[in-house]
Amino acid sequence: MIEVNNISAGYGKKEILQGISFKAEEGKITTLVGSNGSGKSTLLKALLGLIPWSGGGITVDGMPVKGMSRAEIARWIAYLPQGKNVPDISAGRMTLHGRFPYLSYPRRYRESDFRIAEEAMRQMGVLELADRQMAELSGGMRQKVYLAMALAQQAPAIVMDEPTTYLDIGQQFKFAEIIKKLSESGKTIVLVLHDILLALKISDHIAAVRDGKIIQCGTPEEILKTDIMRELYGITVKSVRTEKGIQYYYE
Amino acid sequence: MKNRNRRQFLFLCAGISGCLAVSVLSLCLGNVHFPPADLPGILAGDKGAMSRSILLYARLPRMFAALLAGAALAVSGAVLQTVLANRLASPGIIGVNAGAGLGVTLCCAAGVLSGYAVSCAAFAGSLLTVAVISLFSYRTSASKTTVILGGVALNSILNAICESVTVLDTDIAMLSIDFRVGGFSSVSYIRLIPAGLLILAALAVLFTLCNELDVVALGDETAKGIGLPVGRYRLVFLALAALLAGAAVSFAGLLGFVGLIVPHFVRRYTGNESRHLLPLCAICGAGFVAFCDLAARLAFAPYELPVGILMSVIGGPVFLFLLVRYKGGRRYD
Repeated sequence: MIEVNNISAGYGKKEILQGISFKAEEGKITTLVGSNGSGKSTLLKALLGLIPWSGGGITVDGMPVKGMSRAEIARWIAYLPQGKNVPDISAGRMTLHGRFPYLSYPRRYRESDFRIAEEAMRQMGVLELADRQMAELSGGMRQKVYLAMALAQQAPAIVMDEPTTYLDIGQQFKFAEIIKKLSESGKTIVLVLHDILLALKISDHIAAVRDGKIIQCGTPEEILKTDIMRELYGITVKSVRTEKGIQYYYE
Repeated sequence: MKNRNRRQFLFLCAGISGCLAVSVLSLCLGNVHFPPADLPGILAGDKGAMSRSILLYARLPRMFAALLAGAALAVSGAVLQTVLANRLASPGIIGVNAGAGLGVTLCCAAGVLSGYAVSCAAFAGSLLTVAVISLFSYRTSASKTTVILGGVALNSILNAICESVTVLDTDIAMLSIDFRVGGFSSVSYIRLIPAGLLILAALAVLFTLCNELDVVALGDETAKGIGLPVGRYRLVFLALAALLAGAAVSFAGLLGFVGLIVPHFVRRYTGNESRHLLPLCAICGAGFVAFCDLAARLAFAPYELPVGILMSVIGGPVFLFLLVRYKGGRRYD
């Protein structure tokens, strides 16, 4: 479980987050939504210790993040940033780098690291791509490899910043299924999503962010009962109960 | 995978064989030719004192100098290209060569002309340049684009200061011209040994940091996400690259293009994983510079072409080709 308690953070002297608090529970998907520049990515960076923050505190499974080394944080939280380089290495090597936080100098991957990376690739269905170069893969496949890397990290929490960007609609749905399975396996998942319908469909909790503050938090149904989507985006989202569960649509 | 490993192994064997062949030829060929089979006897003093002196005090340091300079500059280039995520980066781009050149010019202007002092000045100039660049990049969160742009700007400033000093005193221009062209004709053990030890130490450290270098190449946020303090390691890699280039330049002068061409060539055969790239860059860089030195020595014998000129003749067109082929490095941004 990740708990953020009344923190403020920003870039240099510019404060983006102002006294923000939120909680992401174990085995649940928590999604941050909000317009561009509202502070969602900044919040992710703050909880990963990528930018300095002040105020209350951030804990992962009760452990305070402040004072942890970068490698320690990586062992608790796996992070998939938004704008990722496409490195000129194989998918197998990319996944193996997920074991990096567990190495000490001189950092050499051990037999057990190779086994864990292979298992992570198998779980993501990309084991057969291990020898392929990352640049040769489609956006969806590449994203699966990044997720395999996150799995190889064996962190109890995974944080993803707009993971469905560059994916077509079919790949987005497949990706959503994978995320669901990961949360069902007990991982704490925190997402930033711009696709509101997808966020409503897959999330257990949604936190609406505006001007560096969480202005509303709740389950998708609770969020829909408020006027928050209109406030954030100027749109109305409705739901309808079908045989396949609740479906969401823009009005 | 097997094909790739086989290709890397063949490439490694070819590189080592080529390096050994060029090294032996470098010892044997020159104004006086020695048969390869006679080399141990000459070194033992069986073939006369003159032959022994030529081999021991002229050809041997020259061969080691070419090998070490080539290995250092090629690995330095490979590291810079990876850290700055730009295949067109090389020791010259971040101002290492210009810093070394200014060090030599100022040393000569101060009237200190011993070889050891000139080497130290070159080395200090290159390290100081990197310290300025590192400080500058640290204050701007070590962005790779900022580092390159800062390096280009500093390069211009240092060259301008250097030119100003040499224009004001033509004697200094004459003294530093050998250094600025680059070559191994005046290399001695006293200049080679300290720099050589530094090169070997820096290479050894870099070879243990291959995984860190690969993780830096994943991009800042991904690298931080898997636990690497990227800014700190980027500075370490920049400092090591500067150390390699500065140490090489201190005895070899301003050799251009090795750090650009060799890593690019090696990447085509081995891929980008540092554990393969760096050792092969060292081998190929060493072989390439030793070969160019040999060619420069033999092409117009008994006159000797400065190796820096020969390498620029080869490197210039290749550099232009890279600019066109990779559109100024944007393909890799």
